[in-house]
Amino acid sequence: MNPKVKIDKLNVHFGQTHAVKDVSIDVPENTVTAIIGPSGCGKSTMLRSLNRMHDLFPSARVTGKVLLDGGDIYDRKVDPVSIRRRVGMVFQKPNPFPAMSIYDNVVAGYKLNGRVKKSDADEIVETSLRRVALWDEVKDRLKNNSMELSGGQQQRLCIARTIAVQPEVILMDEPASALDPISTLKIEELIEELAEKYTIIIVTHNMQQAARVSDYTAFFYMGDLIEWGETKKLFTTPEKKQTEDYITGRFG
Amino acid sequence: MMNTVTLRNLKNSLITVSMVCATVAVLVPLGLIFFHIMKMGASSINLDFFIHIPKPTGETGGGMANGMVGSALLIALASTIGIPVGVFGALYLVEFGGSRASNAIRFAADVLAGVPSIITGMVAYTLLVVPMKGFSALAGAVALALIMVPIVLRTTEEQLKMVPGSLREASLALGVPLWRTCLKVTLRSATKGVMTGILLSIARVAGETAPLLFTALGNQFWSHKLTEPIAAMPLQIFNFAIAPYEDWHRLAWAGALVLVTVMFALSLTARYLGRSKQQS
Ligand SMILES: Nc1ncnc2c1ncn2[C@@H]1O[C@H](COP(=O)(O)OP(=O)(O)OP(=O)(O)O)[C@@H](O)[C@H]1O
Ligand SMILES: [Mg+2]
Repeated sequence: MNPKVKIDKLNVHFGQTHAVKDVSIDVPENTVTAIIGPSGCGKSTMLRSLNRMHDLFPSARVTGKVLLDGGDIYDRKVDPVSIRRRVGMVFQKPNPFPAMSIYDNVVAGYKLNGRVKKSDADEIVETSLRRVALWDEVKDRLKNNSMELSGGQQQRLCIARTIAVQPEVILMDEPASALDPISTLKIEELIEELAEKYTIIIVTHNMQQAARVSDYTAFFYMGDLIEWGETKKLFTTPEKKQTEDYITGRFG
Repeated sequence: MMNTVTLRNLKNSLITVSMVCATVAVLVPLGLIFFHIMKMGASSINLDFFIHIPKPTGETGGGMANGMVGSALLIALASTIGIPVGVFGALYLVEFGGSRASNAIRFAADVLAGVPSIITGMVAYTLLVVPMKGFSALAGAVALALIMVPIVLRTTEEQLKMVPGSLREASLALGVPLWRTCLKVTLRSATKGVMTGILLSIARVAGETAPLLFTALGNQFWSHKLTEPIAAMPLQIFNFAIAPYEDWHRLAWAGALVLVTVMFALSLTARYLGRSKQQS
C-alpha cells in the first residue's frame, strides 16, 4: 500500500541552523506515527513542514519532498491553504480562540472561512465534540466562553476544532505535555480512536506515551533521523545504539 | 537591621511623595485649563450656539453650528481616509515585519508623526489646493488624515503585535487563508486596542487648527460641498478669538469649551476601552 504521507529527503534550514537533515519516512494511512527525540532535535520543525506552516517564517527554507497521496505539497502549483485543510494540526499549548464560545470554536474552521448553515453547524459541533468525548461535559454551556474550560478540556476542544474540518492527516505537537495525567490519558485514548479514521503524526517527549499510542516510531537526534520503524520493534530491539540509549534513558 | 528598615521606609516615602508631586504637576494644569474655559465659556453656551451660524460683524448672538457640522464632516472624511490606511498599514507591518519595505513604512510613519501640523497643511495645500484652484473641505480632510495615519498605524501595530502567534497559527492550521486570518483573528482579537488608537487619533485632529488654515480655510456660512471651503470649530475659535469684538470672544470661549469637552469624552472612552480590554 502506498503511504499516506511520504517524507522524502526533507531538509529544513533556519538561516545557518540545519534543523532537519535529509529525513525520509513513510507514514501509512490510518496509523499513528510517534516522533521522539531530545529537545531541540527538530521534531516540531519536521512536523510543521508537513502542513507548510514554515511558509509563515521568511527565515525558514524547506527542501526535499513531502508527498501527500503521492502529490508533492511543496510543488509550486500547490496552494498551502489547500494543504492545511487536508493536514490539520494540534499544538502543544491548548489555543482555543479566546473571543469565541465553545460552539464557535468547534466550527471556527468554517466560520473563519465564510458562513456555515446553522443546522449544519449544530451537527458538526455535536459530532466533533462527541468524538473527543467532550460533548457531555459542555453540552449545556456551548455558548459560554471557551476560556472557562480546563486545560485538558481546551485541548480536546482544539482537537474537535481540528477534526471538524475533516482533515485527512492530523499533526500533534506534544498535545498532552501541558496536561495532568487524567487528561493525558483521555487524549491518548482519543488518539487511538481517531486513528481509525485519520492518519496521525504525534511528537512526544513521553516514551511510554509513544509506546502506548503509536504504530510506528521515529527517533530524531540533532536533526538526523536515527531510526524509524514499528513501535514494538523500535522499543524492544532497536537497531542503533543511540536509539537504545535514548529509550532506556541512558542519554543526556 | 533596624537601620536598613528605617532607611528603606524613608526611601519609600520619599519616592511616594515625589510621585504625588508629579501627579499633581500633571493634573493641576489640566484642571486649570478646564476650569478657566468653563468659567469663560459656560455662560455663552445656549441653544443658539448649537443651531445658528455666526452673525455678521457687529450683530450680537449667533453660534457655531456650521463649525461643528464642518468639523464633524472633516473628521469623518479624514477618518475614512486615515483609518483604513493606518490599520491596513499596521497589518502589513505585523505580517511582513522583517522586510525592507516595512522598515521604510515604520520610519516614514515616525517622521510623519513628528512633522509639525502646519507643514502637513502646506503639503495638502500644494497637493490639492493648488491643483484644484481653491480651498476645500477635501484638502482639509487630507491634511487631518495625514496626521491620523501615523497615530493609528503605530498604535494598531502595537496592539496587533500583542495578539499571540498561537492564535494566528491555530487559524492558519484550520486552512484559513492568511488574509482572512489577519482580518478575522489577528485584527479581531485586537479590536478594542485598535479602537482606542482610533479614538485618540480623532481626539488629536479634532482640535488641529494649523493644517486647516490654508486647506479647509473656514467659512462664515453653511457649506456641504467637499470642493468648497468649510467651517471648522478650531478655525472659528481662532478667528473669533483674534477679532476685536467682545461678543465674538464669548463665542470663542464657548467653542473652546465644547471642543475640550468632546476631546475629553473621546479620551475617556478610549481609556475605558483600553481598561476593559485588560480585564477580559
Ligand atoms: N522559527 C525558528 N527560527 C530559527 N530557528 C528555529 C526556529 N524554529 C526552530 N528553530 C531551531 O531549529 C532547531 C529544532 O527546533 P525544534 O523546535 O524543531 O525542536 P524540537 O525537537 O521540537 O524541540 P522540543 O522538544 O524542545 O520542542 C532548534 O535548534 C531551534 O533553535
Ligand atoms: Mg517542539
